[in-house]
Amino acid sequence: MQDAKNLKEYRKEIRESLDNDFLRTAMDNFAVAYRGSRANAFKDMDEKALIRDIAEAKDAAASRLDELFAKFKEEAEKRGAVVHLAKDAKEANEIIGRIAMDENCKTIVKSKSMTAEETLLNHHLEDDLNLKVVETDLGEWIIQMRKEGPSHMVMPAIHLSRHQVSDLFSDVTGQKQGDDVQALVKVARRELRQEFVDADMGISGGNFAIAETGSIGLVTNEGNARLVTTLPRVHVALMGLDKLTPKLHDALRVLKALPRNATGQAITSYVTWITGSNECAAAEDDRKKVHFVFLDNGRRALAKDPVFSQVHRCVRCGACANVCPVYRMVGGHKMGHIYIGAIGLILTYFYHGTEKAKNLVQNCINCGACKEICAGGIDLPGLIKDIQARILEEEGHPMYSSFLAKMMKNRKLFHKFLRIAKTAQKPMKGKDGFMRHLPMIFMPDHDFRALPTVAEVPFRDMWAKVQPAKVANPKYKVALFSGCVQDFVYPEQSVATVESMRNKDVNLEFPMDQSCCGLPLQMMGEVTAAREVAIQNMEAFEGTDCDYILTMCASCASHLKHNYMKMLGQDPKYATRVKAFADKVIDYSSFMNDVLGVEKEDFLDSAGDAVTYHAPCHLCRGLDVKSAPRELMVKAGLDYKESAEEEVCCGFGGTYSVKFPKISEQLLTKKVNNAKESGAKVLLTDCPGCVMQIRGGAKKQGTDLEVKHIAEYMAERRK
Amino acid sequence: MTAKAESVKLFTDKAELVSAVVTEISSLDEAYKYTMDLCGKKEACKMLISGCEQNLSNTAEQLCATKTGKTIVAPALAKKEAAALEKQCEENGFTLIKDSVRNHLGGIDIAFTRVDHGIAETGSLVLNCPNEELRLATMISEVHVAVLPKSKLVDNSYELESWMEGNMMKGDYTAFITGASRTADIERVLAIGVHGPLELHILLLED
Ligand code: SF4
Ligand code: SF4
Repeated sequence: MQDAKNLKEYRKEIRESLDNDFLRTAMDNFAVAYRGSRANAFKDMDEKALIRDIAEAKDAAASRLDELFAKFKEEAEKRGAVVHLAKDAKEANEIIGRIAMDENCKTIVKSKSMTAEETLLNHHLEDDLNLKVVETDLGEWIIQMRKEGPSHMVMPAIHLSRHQVSDLFSDVTGQKQGDDVQALVKVARRELRQEFVDADMGISGGNFAIAETGSIGLVTNEGNARLVTTLPRVHVALMGLDKLTPKLHDALRVLKALPRNATGQAITSYVTWITGSNECAAAEDDRKKVHFVFLDNGRRALAKDPVFSQVHRCVRCGACANVCPVYRMVGGHKMGHIYIGAIGLILTYFYHGTEKAKNLVQNCINCGACKEICAGGIDLPGLIKDIQARILEEEGHPMYSSFLAKMMKNRKLFHKFLRIAKTAQKPMKGKDGFMRHLPMIFMPDHDFRALPTVAEVPFRDMWAKVQPAKVANPKYKVALFSGCVQDFVYPEQSVATVESMRNKDVNLEFPMDQSCCGLPLQMMGEVTAAREVAIQNMEAFEGTDCDYILTMCASCASHLKHNYMKMLGQDPKYATRVKAFADKVIDYSSFMNDVLGVEKEDFLDSAGDAVTYHAPCHLCRGLDVKSAPRELMVKAGLDYKESAEEEVCCGFGGTYSVKFPKISEQLLTKKVNNAKESGAKVLLTDCPGCVMQIRGGAKKQGTDLEVKHIAEYMAERRK
Repeated sequence: MTAKAESVKLFTDKAELVSAVVTEISSLDEAYKYTMDLCGKKEACKMLISGCEQNLSNTAEQLCATKTGKTIVAPALAKKEAAALEKQCEENGFTLIKDSVRNHLGGIDIAFTRVDHGIAETGSLVLNCPNEELRLATMISEVHVAVLPKSKLVDNSYELESWMEGNMMKGDYTAFITGASRTADIERVLAIGVHGPLELHILLLED
């Protein structure tokens, strides 16, 4: 549950999680094991095609929710069930409470239902109606007795150790319990079996609701859902309207992805399909009383939203939490209110409101790991940013963010500011190109990495000198997009880029009117300013006659290519122009390796250094560029040694690392350690932001790991 | 390999991956014999149903006392088959429970069933069980022995669509069963049998 009142309180909570060693180790082990088992589970399948099919089918279903509900109701009632629609959480709870009263039920067994968590159903049944409710999913039972919320969608008690469970079970049984997990599970089996015997009512969720036949499908490993839906004389299933699907086929298709994505299983132990009212010896006339309760709680409105309707594609596999580097460190209690992980940040806003969501939603580093594996192909990081922007609109922009927006909209003013910074930093400037100490505006928490100083001369001022002579009939006409960091902080990376393609039949241009790509604005949720900056950049490059817009910054590249289209592609005034612009954008490694096609022969024959690599999020996932930089390093004669978790975020995330320095620090420490363990002395990467982060971290940790942009090595090694 | 042999192999591999025990048999008699052996082999201490050896609360403890002797349940068998099984149970001194499975929630040693289909892709059994006795038997027993005729094996779940939809035209309860009941909720350690059977034995019947 998320109850922090402000960002400061939220940060404090996060720090407590970060200090929880058990949680950290459990999550780390899980994250690494999960990646392997998921890959294995999908290895013989066309994963992307399956995800596309699910997305398409779910979108189609979302567009006809009302019709599917009506059909479901008609068919289910034909077969003896009763179907209800609740407009919000309160109404859903009341409907279920009333059923319990009407049927004279005293004790209830429940199998896991996220929707019931969403409505806080147990509170109503227990506190208002004095009923006994027992969760029967082992993890849920444990956290119910501890009075906690789930910390993971699929493994709700992942934050607890066996010792904690043992102590809890000792209390519950009144008998001393040991620490053996198998024995503890047996205790639960026996204790819960008795609860099943006593129960009058069973409450389940529903993973699928099939309109054509009014059937529901339940997915479980433990088998408790089967007992919950079989033993008691009354069965109530509570589901979100988003679970409606036209035919059985849709459910079977989702079933192919759901367990694989959740835990790397091909299928769960049990999948239960229930249609209508079945035989039940405990019921009066041998027929079970069956009620299906559908929850709206904003879902119908959401289904009509052109941007956010894709949220309904979620199948609740929890995979977006499994791969999220932030979730991995802070756990579900700090990364979600009730729904957790990437989807949790989004759903919290829609189901639980701005107040609960406003701090949480900032805690996404935008690494894109969740988007890559989502079973419904939801653009999770994109939507998280969109929500952040919405909240800014609702709550008003904080001062720093409006200030930055105002300044960055005006290129000349922004560049002037950077030039002033160069002079202003003088007293803090060390000889090694780092700041000696941090400017006052930073909190002490930021001291985990050394920060670079602004360069003496920005790249734009060097351009006249470093630009290569024009080629008469060039093979490629390229315009450089340097991004602010490579222009003002690391101009040497831009120079190296120019250098690395000398004598390659390339005509280079550098449009002076280009400004920051605008990603930092987008990250802060300043959409209007981000859009204005995008237009300025587009116009700056329209003045050139280029085939490619080359950028050596992965983040700029992915922002220019995808987000510009998102921001301007719908506007008829800009649609074709922005498409032409985005199509030309290419990253450094892809250009060198795939377009220019440099070969081994282009590089020195001598053996190069041992290097390792960090794959920037916006390159490996944002642009799906995975092999080009690795091939380049090998062609250039470098001894490439792979690091562990090369594609996990380094923790930079632009303004994110300023907002959540403790998380950034942890990610960075891991990154540097993994690089050191590879045995390489040098780490190369494709993004100046990552260079800044990792170099600053290595320096602070006092290691001799050298960190460079890949272009610098390519320039050095060319013949 | 013939297509069928391939499906049998895939099914077996997948089911064994989730610790089901798969055996090929050529007659139902073999199936009864297998079940008798299994029941006989269940050690004396396991006569107490799973979990009873633990430190339990008083109420949970009471449930353990409801069980006497070794029990087998086999609802929804054809008359002739049920008679054959019963005869074998008598010879071996086991009790065959024929109805009111609900009265045995403390636990039953073995549930013996014939299932409707198998899905090779995932090693799953498919059991149509609107009959409550049958449904319950496969949930509360410690061991589930399921006979699956090879002719009922399909490659993937899509092939069962029209059969399932047919069932769903009326009230229906159908289960996909893959391996034993499992959980990883405590420290992600895999533990078997949290609610359902602790063992799943699949007898592939040549037909
Ligand atoms: S958003 Fe995607 S990955 Fe996350 S739970 Fe939903 S389907 Fe799974
Ligand atoms: S983009 Fe990265 S940090 Fe953000 S929610 Fe997804 S996985 Fe987590």
